[in-house]
Amino acid sequence: MSSAKSMMRKRKLKEFAGSLRRNKMAMTGTIILTIFILVAIFGPIVVPFSTLDFGDAEDMMQPPSSEHLLGTDDMGRDVLANLMSGARISLLCGFLATIISMVIGTIIGIASGYFGKAIDNVLMRFTDFFLVIPWLPLMMVLAAILGTSIWNIIFVIGITSWAGTARVVRAQTLSVKERQFVERTVSIGAGNIHIMIRHVLPNVFPLIFANTVLIAAVAITSETTLSFLGLGDTTRASWGMMLHYAFESGAASSGAWWYYLPPGLCVVLVVLSFALMGYAFDEIMNPKLKER
Amino acid sequence: MSDNIVEVKDLRVHFTLKSSLAQDAAGRRKKTVKAVDGISFEIKQGEILSLVGESGSGKTTTGKAILGLVPFEAEKMLFRGERINLKEKEYKRKFRQSAQMIYQDPYQSLNPRNQVIDIVTEPLVVNKLVESEEERLELGKEALERAGLTPGEDFFFRYPYELSGGQRQRVVIASSMIMGPSFVVADEPVSMLDASIRTGILKLMMDLRRENDLAYLFITHDLSLAWLISDRIAIMYLGKIMEMGDSEIIISSGKHPYTKALTDIMPKPGIKKEGPRKVLQGETPDPTDVIEGCKFCSRCPIKEEICSKEEPPMKEVEPGHFVACHKV
Amino acid sequence: MKLLEVKNLRTYFTISQGTVKAVDDVSFDLDHGEALGIVGESGCGKTTSALSIAKLLPKEGKIVGGEILLEGKDLAKLSDEEIQKHRWNDVSICFQGAMNALNPVMKIGEQIAEAIVLHHKSSEKDAMKKAAELLELVEIPGERINNYPHEFSGGMKQRVMIAMALACDPKIIIGDEPTTALDVMVQAQILNLLERLRTEFDMGFILITHDLSILAETCDKIAVMYAGRIVEKGSSEDIFQRTGHPYTKKLIKCFPDIKGNKRMMEGIPGAPPNMLEIPPGCPFHPRCEYAEEVCRRSMPDAIERDRGHFVACHRWEVMRSER
Repeated sequence: MSSAKSMMRKRKLKEFAGSLRRNKMAMTGTIILTIFILVAIFGPIVVPFSTLDFGDAEDMMQPPSSEHLLGTDDMGRDVLANLMSGARISLLCGFLATIISMVIGTIIGIASGYFGKAIDNVLMRFTDFFLVIPWLPLMMVLAAILGTSIWNIIFVIGITSWAGTARVVRAQTLSVKERQFVERTVSIGAGNIHIMIRHVLPNVFPLIFANTVLIAAVAITSETTLSFLGLGDTTRASWGMMLHYAFESGAASSGAWWYYLPPGLCVVLVVLSFALMGYAFDEIMNPKLKER
Repeated sequence: MSDNIVEVKDLRVHFTLKSSLAQDAAGRRKKTVKAVDGISFEIKQGEILSLVGESGSGKTTTGKAILGLVPFEAEKMLFRGERINLKEKEYKRKFRQSAQMIYQDPYQSLNPRNQVIDIVTEPLVVNKLVESEEERLELGKEALERAGLTPGEDFFFRYPYELSGGQRQRVVIASSMIMGPSFVVADEPVSMLDASIRTGILKLMMDLRRENDLAYLFITHDLSLAWLISDRIAIMYLGKIMEMGDSEIIISSGKHPYTKALTDIMPKPGIKKEGPRKVLQGETPDPTDVIEGCKFCSRCPIKEEICSKEEPPMKEVEPGHFVACHKV
Repeated sequence: MKLLEVKNLRTYFTISQGTVKAVDDVSFDLDHGEALGIVGESGCGKTTSALSIAKLLPKEGKIVGGEILLEGKDLAKLSDEEIQKHRWNDVSICFQGAMNALNPVMKIGEQIAEAIVLHHKSSEKDAMKKAAELLELVEIPGERINNYPHEFSGGMKQRVMIAMALACDPKIIIGDEPTTALDVMVQAQILNLLERLRTEFDMGFILITHDLSILAETCDKIAVMYAGRIVEKGSSEDIFQRTGHPYTKKLIKCFPDIKGNKRMMEGIPGAPPNMLEIPPGCPFHPRCEYAEEVCRRSMPDAIERDRGHFVACHRWEVMRSER
């Protein structure tokens, strides 16, 4: 019997993969992201330089050469090696912050939509507060208070970016709540928690998922921004920190494009890939948007 | 204790419509819909009572009120002689196991993301009535097969969208019956299905009734169907019961003018009618309108002055046959 | 000349899984002032027949054979331009739940007038006048042209849709389950209205429904469809009193017989066939209690058994002897 069940799962997964493959946007996004993930995992192992290889004076700010494919920075370190270890930090930061944001947003959204009335009012005002406060200054203040560790940055991004998810999840919950199967479940004697987990969550999940992918893009931009502004973790070379150092060392004015361009491009590409996937997921999982 | 499984006295369900900002500004009062406005009836153990009426007559709301799915007021609302008190946890648990609902639309009443086995056994799971996975699957298989889905395990891991309308309704029934209820509210259970499939579902419901001594509150707009399957019929109009009695009597010698109008237009298969159908003039009033006197008086062909002033009481014209009309 | 003659109509749908023979060799005719009922279960091709006549098929559907003669002119071979004229002017169709198709932010009168202006090129003022007349025709006070759809009840909206269908004086009105979502009393009112209009304007009326019980009293002629074919057609008496096809017999027994004994309806075993894999021979044979070897092998032709009463069944003799 469990084999039948796992077959069902496999079939559904295959269907999903199939529609993913047919969707060019999703495909492009997935390919870009996969490349970055692979680079983040294996890159630092392959590249013969460590991020701690400080060079001599003559090695500093060197343009790309056969030895250093993307040149060196103001400390004489290999830009490519930095870029690859930066990918680790930036992606990790993006993923973890997204998970925090997703969990908070989902819980608040479902609770608010499902219970309604006073609970809805309180939770939504709270959400509105997070929705309208200028998040960049808030992040900066929080990051400054909590200190500049990578974990703090993840935490700060996570707790400032869930409000949108909560709003979307609440709206969807309101509509799922009115569906007849929810009433039917009440009539068989099910409690609220059961209904929220077994009936509401599965029906809002596609939306959460699509939304989450978009938040991952925001999280990575946020990390870059914070780091660039000097609120990043100085002990870890994320792309944002690279941009920060590049700016401080005057790479932009001295024409050392190999220093600031690669991390910038990487951020753009990763954000783009998340955005592409997000829109595509929305399309695949939201049958109403599906073109016939 | 009587043999009544459900006893309802003076049941009222009123909904307040939210007024828009503009209406508030205009100082208009909030509108109240009296979906059910003071009805009384009882259902005996093993009996089928049909509630017949058009949309907006309050028939579905009545069914939901008994199951505590909408807020209501009532002088008496008894289940097996006991007050239905869903605030009390232990009572609620027991009540939910013995009173169930079957919905009209099998496309809406099943969660599209759940598999059949989970849908069917969900009542057992939420009420903690099974101890092991094997037991759950076994009971699920039994329930499916009793509902005519054989072999049961073939349906376990299917999703609702993979089933036909009739099969879905059977899944709904299997799930409603798995806890062995003694009372079921069936809200238009076959109106969404093709004629050739209807019969199978109705037969199944009748078989289950015989096996388990079930009582049904059968909600329908189809008078001929109500006549066919039920012991008694109650005709509803705008939240009130107009006439109630033995199904044969209602159809052949209904006394209320509304009942007569309904039986007049009942299609009789195979018989060509003479001239146009005898229809009631006008339309059912807006449910938010406040109606003085008899709710039916605006369309009644035999109304008199008293009808628009005083609400007619329910009169027992012969044993078990109740009519609410001044002219009877 | 007959008002409408449909001869051997075939309408196929090409979808990714194959070809659906939604309408396969269907013939019927209709006179001025006559009402024809087409009955069958969902997916039997009754709606597709209607859409073929109105030339409103979705892009997957194609008329692949046969003729649709409207006063002798073949509609199946019209050019796109002629079709535009033909819709509304010749054949109007009124769908189930059509009342939900009204635009909520446009006045009723404007919506009716829109159709008139589009097809008659008359001035807007004249069109509004005509719209009021049409409303009166469907028993709604003419001054309500200035109301919005939400001020109308479901039954009245369906009347508005009928008024729109009448806007260009069509020769044929097709009602595709026109009263299915409505209450019984409203349904009776609408059917009365359609009957009155039909006799008043001498129009042809085709009623498509799954509800056999309303057909006898509404239609002069009835065609019973199963799996894309007409299995039996004839006068309403032919169908109900001299039933010739086992499917019709079963279908009749699916409805409670209010004047007879209180007996549970019988239902039909099995399910309608998957239209992608219609069984060989007579498509009804897997569900038929009379089926024999010949039914599994060859498709029975529709044979005229009595005057105007066609039955497509090999086992008709047995059916008749049981009557």
